[in-house]
Amino acid sequence: MSPTSATRRASAPAAPEHLRALARRASRRRRGARWVGLLWVLPALVMYGGFVLYPLTQTVRYSFYDWNGIGTAAWVGIRNYDTVFNDAQLYGSVLHAFQLVIFFSFIPVALGLLIGALLRGLKEGRFTTVSRTVLFLPQIIPLVGAAIAWRWLYAQDGLVNGTLSWVGLDLLTRGWLGDFGTALPAVGLIGCWVATGFCTVLMLSGIARIDPTLYEAAQLDGAGPVAEFFAVTLPNLRHEITVALTVTTIAALASFDIVYVATQGGPGYSTMVPGVQVVRLAFTENNVGLASALAVVLLLLVYVVALPIQLLNRRPR
Amino acid sequence: MITSRARRANSTLMLLMMMALTIVPLVSMFVTALHAPGSRPSGLAWPEDLHWGNFPLAWDQANVEVLLKSSALIILGVVPVSLMICTMAGFGLGHLKLPGGGALYVLILLGLAIPFESTVIPLYYQMQSLDLLNTRLAIVLPLIGLYVPFGVFWMRGHFANMPQALTDAARVDGAGGWRLFWHVHLPLAMPALTTLGLLQFINAWNQFLLAVVLVDDPTKRTMAGALGAFQGERSTDIVLLCAGALLIMTPTVIVFLILQRYFVRALLAGAVKG
Repeated sequence: MSPTSATRRASAPAAPEHLRALARRASRRRRGARWVGLLWVLPALVMYGGFVLYPLTQTVRYSFYDWNGIGTAAWVGIRNYDTVFNDAQLYGSVLHAFQLVIFFSFIPVALGLLIGALLRGLKEGRFTTVSRTVLFLPQIIPLVGAAIAWRWLYAQDGLVNGTLSWVGLDLLTRGWLGDFGTALPAVGLIGCWVATGFCTVLMLSGIARIDPTLYEAAQLDGAGPVAEFFAVTLPNLRHEITVALTVTTIAALASFDIVYVATQGGPGYSTMVPGVQVVRLAFTENNVGLASALAVVLLLLVYVVALPIQLLNRRPR
Repeated sequence: MITSRARRANSTLMLLMMMALTIVPLVSMFVTALHAPGSRPSGLAWPEDLHWGNFPLAWDQANVEVLLKSSALIILGVVPVSLMICTMAGFGLGHLKLPGGGALYVLILLGLAIPFESTVIPLYYQMQSLDLLNTRLAIVLPLIGLYVPFGVFWMRGHFANMPQALTDAARVDGAGGWRLFWHVHLPLAMPALTTLGLLQFINAWNQFLLAVVLVDDPTKRTMAGALGAFQGERSTDIVLLCAGALLIMTPTVIVFLILQRYFVRALLAGAVKG
């Protein structure tokens, strides 16, 4: 027996004991560290709690009071909600928001799909890069800028009427945003302009990920462009479509910037949407309670509409 | 072969039409901005003389220099802080096993779709009681809070995909907690962070509702808020309005053109993940 093996054997039983102690200490420390670990989340939670969750609870609280923002508030129960659902101006604004969904969401997604499918054959190159840049521009400039540009297009002497007169359709010219019949669709088209490029680029990036052999198979089966679209493109873009629908629908329901700058909700209340109405009620009419009730309804509306679209996405692909 | 070539030609034409429709409103603004100041040109008219001087004039009248500084200050107040706290939270929730982490994450995720309109009324009174109304902090603080859900969601997604072996290896080397985060994970998170930073930059720059409600003075607002005020003052002088609006929008467009690849990727990724 050599001395080295003797020392080895002698120290051998000690090592596990030593290691066990180390492990015990480490696990105790780790358990402590697990709670200390919450410190990582704390700063974000403080800001989120202080400037999102707390105000949200206050909105709910205000909505049960009659308060002008300065004096004392009087508890009125659900009277403000009663008003929201029975006052034509208020529930009308909600209906307008739903009409805007068609323009902000449905049309851009449909156009994006159509153009995306048409462009599938186009090779990546400078032209497609430039086109993507241009189509994305409306996403980059502030919505206020979009609204200013379109106000001018729609003006009495703007480009739209100018073009109509030029082709001999003087009869159709009007102040598009000032006309009760056309103001809401006109506002909707602004949102359509903003969202279409985004939807198109989103669909294009989705189509680029579809396995090309699927298209080859469809062509071998004799599928024309239309059959190909419904058999291959559409089912494979489900994720992109739900994403585009969610983002643009929320933007439509909670729209503020475009309407505020383009029409302020006018003429009359023909383009009034919940977002603008909330700000107007709270800060112009000093009816904080009613404004808060409408804000709560808007919040619920967004969640009731957005969550089902998300569930559609969660199903396995 | 012929059909595929015809199809390609059709696609190109279609795309050109789309591009034209996209830039017509901006071109119309640009042409209008070149007319004689104070005139009321029609939308189709080409200016007889090109009044390039409208742009310097609008630069002064719209106070663009001051506005740029104001927006930059707001961005500097929001983005670094937001990135920091969202990354830390994302690291904690995505990579460390925190007690109650799942519930916290759900609570944060629920904030993803909250419309700003639903919090802006109490925010006004909150800022009033903090004596911050009409200061840039009134925009900065709420924006940091409002960016938490998406920021944490985004960064958690990144950290959840980092291999646990990386952390174990660092721990063996004696790096714990903060050092592990700062020296090992943060450098690897740079791509995700850059994307998030770009998204927050463009969102803060274009933020309108908070600016309009919480800050009266346009020179203390975001660019979008200031643009709204400028439109209110200048709605009768269409030439200068167009020139000023273009100037106010130019910085974002320039930044976009330089970083467009990242922007398109960021906006798409932001949407897809969201």
